[in-house]
Amino acid sequence: MKLDSRIPEGPLAEKWNNYKANQKLVNPANKRNLDIIVIGTGLAGASAAASFGEMGFKVKNFTIQDSPRRAHSIAAQGGINAAKNYPNDGDSVHRLFYDTVKGGDYRAREANVYRLASVSNDIIDQCVAQGVPFAREYGGMLDNRSFGGAQVSRTFYAKGQTGQQLLIGAYQALMRQVNAGTVEMHTRTEVVDYVIVDGKARGVITRDLVTGEFSRHFGHAVVMATGGYGNTFFLSTNAMGSNGSAAIKAYEKGAAFANPCYAQIHPTCIPVHGEFQSKLTLMSESLRNDGRIWVPKKKEDAEAIRAGKKKATDLSEDERDYYLERRYPAFGNLVPRDVASRAAKERCDAGFGVGTTGLAVYLDFKTSIERLGEDTIRARYGNLFQMYEKIVDDNPYAEPMMIYPAIHYTMGGIWVDYELQTTVPGLFSAGEANFSDHGANRLGASALMQGLADGYFVLPFTIQNYLADDIRTPRMTGDEKEFVEAEKAAKAKFEKLMSIKGSRSVDSLHKELGLVMWDFVGMARNKKGLEEAIEKIAAIKKEFWTNVKIPGSDKGMNVELEKASRLADFITTGDLMARDALNREESCGGHFREEYQTEEGEAKRQDDKFTYAACWEYKGEDKAPELHKEELKFEVVKVAQRNYK
Amino acid sequence: MENNISLTLKVWRQSDSKAKGGFETYKLETVSTDSSFLEMMDILNEQLVGEGKEPVAFDHDCREGICGMCSLYINGRPHGPDDDVTTCQLHMRKFKNNETITIEPWRSAGFPVIKDLIVDRTAFDQIIAAGGYTSVSTGGVPDANALPIPKDDADEAMDAASCIGCGACVATCKNGSAMLFVSAKVSHLALLPQGQVEAALRAKAMVGKMDELGFGACTNTGACEVECPKGVSIANIARLNREYLSAKLKD
Ligand code: SF4
Ligand code: FES
Repeated sequence: MKLDSRIPEGPLAEKWNNYKANQKLVNPANKRNLDIIVIGTGLAGASAAASFGEMGFKVKNFTIQDSPRRAHSIAAQGGINAAKNYPNDGDSVHRLFYDTVKGGDYRAREANVYRLASVSNDIIDQCVAQGVPFAREYGGMLDNRSFGGAQVSRTFYAKGQTGQQLLIGAYQALMRQVNAGTVEMHTRTEVVDYVIVDGKARGVITRDLVTGEFSRHFGHAVVMATGGYGNTFFLSTNAMGSNGSAAIKAYEKGAAFANPCYAQIHPTCIPVHGEFQSKLTLMSESLRNDGRIWVPKKKEDAEAIRAGKKKATDLSEDERDYYLERRYPAFGNLVPRDVASRAAKERCDAGFGVGTTGLAVYLDFKTSIERLGEDTIRARYGNLFQMYEKIVDDNPYAEPMMIYPAIHYTMGGIWVDYELQTTVPGLFSAGEANFSDHGANRLGASALMQGLADGYFVLPFTIQNYLADDIRTPRMTGDEKEFVEAEKAAKAKFEKLMSIKGSRSVDSLHKELGLVMWDFVGMARNKKGLEEAIEKIAAIKKEFWTNVKIPGSDKGMNVELEKASRLADFITTGDLMARDALNREESCGGHFREEYQTEEGEAKRQDDKFTYAACWEYKGEDKAPELHKEELKFEVVKVAQRNYK
Repeated sequence: MENNISLTLKVWRQSDSKAKGGFETYKLETVSTDSSFLEMMDILNEQLVGEGKEPVAFDHDCREGICGMCSLYINGRPHGPDDDVTTCQLHMRKFKNNETITIEPWRSAGFPVIKDLIVDRTAFDQIIAAGGYTSVSTGGVPDANALPIPKDDADEAMDAASCIGCGACVATCKNGSAMLFVSAKVSHLALLPQGQVEAALRAKAMVGKMDELGFGACTNTGACEVECPKGVSIANIARLNREYLSAKLKD
């Protein structure tokens, strides 16, 4: 496998312009004869499909949901970054770029991140033109707030529903193309494999989730934008249907999987409360703007609180330990997510945690309510407070919230070059599904930015450069042997699942996998634990393939069968994550190896050995994947230890 | 405080869109009142799988009240007995020990049943496709701050835009009208200068599509507003009617 990042020539700030000036284009008459398949309708998928349609390509767009508007991008609360510098607080493209590389703990590719920062402003313009109702000031101008890992206010937001509004904007643009006939929409349809012809991605095999029928679809190019693989952990902030199967299928067809171990643990989620729990709910990071995080200073107080003998409000100011403000005076409660998560875990492990389980810390709005008034706090976070109250049955205006870290986002993903093309020619990957821009840790409000950057402003250029060589490639019918064989293999997999007829439900096996992941491949990892995890995951895999129980039939809708096929891929992902975490003998961003920390317990990178993206090549069922390295070169950024003190 | 309750569930089962459905009764012991309604459904399904039976199919995804995927008619109310929440945010503390809970799919001509509690809501997508957007393509748009927008207008647009497309308004309406859904989109865009340009045309196209797809006419019963989990107001319907009329006058 050859990894060629294809970074254009020239100084960093000029690379994207140079690329655009020299790339190949497709003329309008030829666009009509070129088909693009887009998998996923989240921010990246919908914005790409809509833009391709507007350009005149023929697009087929697939989603497992009943409507493209359901994609999980919709749940992003906080906001979207851009380097507009509207507040005049010293922001610039360069600063946004720098913050993103630093926030990612120097494990992202400079050229990609710079391009991301440079198109960020276009995204805001585009969304406003679509009618996205961003928050505004009384003068009618757009409002900004600040977010973790930045010292400027560059985050645009729409109440606590920014992801929803941006997705609806992209969805509407997409439906406009459906109406125009350029995009063919396939809902409740799952892509179960890719079709490779002469080494190039030329189509997909789908399964209709309502009828259970398989179909073959041709595309001159294929874009996969199916999000992350956080649900490997069973409990995460991802939606129930979010899955990593399209990524694993790409990996099995020859796409390198990069940095699988980089998973982001979000510091502000509602703590786990019971065995029946199906998912974890995120409380937007924006809450850290006005909320202060603390635990009791004295262990006795923490114990009394856990036993229900004391309440948070019983403790006076000097009985509280605002540990983030104490440890990181410069950034305080606004340190990046990985730092905030680990600090919470450290306090809870040391016995200062609150809640009935001891796995929770307080997020307190008292100071802000005193300073700004309850109405202001309600205007800023009302819907989040309501959500908290509905779930926990506590009033966060009176009592501090309780929060704990949870799996939220995966920075790792399918390896792509500068053009967002994977190691399989013609297969592109966008949004959270690729590994591209966030290094080892993603800053808040950057996921929305990346999804839309890829879909609106990067792929529409780069895919032309690829398709320009394809204008003479006629459409395939789907009867070619590669299509027939791929469909046969996909069908066989589903038949095999149905034939096992064991005794374990899909969820019970998934929960077992999730526990192994959380305990050994979670917030803190070490060699012994990771080796143990790999063995345990292999055992779960065996149990799954011999003892899973799926009632019903594979004709018609069968939700358990859908879940089982995705769990099979989560098991592969889990194994890959553990292997990558074992290989990476350093701590960086969301990857924390206990063996590699400073005396104060901060992450310690090993730049001389690990300044690379770890790219894994599939070698066959039950064979260990092979590691390839993309060395990361920093020409502009000065690599340093991250310091938020 | 956490508590365990026992429940009797009367659940609508229907193997596919053509089958004649009917209620099945299930007993559930020890459901924690801290669990959500959908977690209770998971417990039921785990129990059914254990017995080798097919689990109940229901739509859900984000489980935090934003994707609009979950539905369910619970004891005669869309999204159940709690106000301003979706079914996924409904918690079992709203139910009593030994209560019987009746669970049905959305029932409306516009939303045919696919299986059990799952219905087909693609009609909503078709209504949006008919005109629920501003006609701008990617690129070549002015600076985001080029047009100041009064905060009140932006806030009001945001309120209308918070519709999650769940369909509760249709399910609860005795006429099966989709007016609240349509008016939320028409209002959201009409309140902003970017969307104002096409406002009348949009209203006409979307209402036309709604009628064509078999949704009923609005007779102002106001039931939709009561059941909307996102508090979308029927004031939007008045605005829609104004835009619609102005489009008709131009004809
Ligand atoms: S208007 Fe309310 S009830 Fe109707 S679809 Fe939108 S959110 Fe659901
Ligand atoms: S599952 Fe998303 S709104 Fe209920």
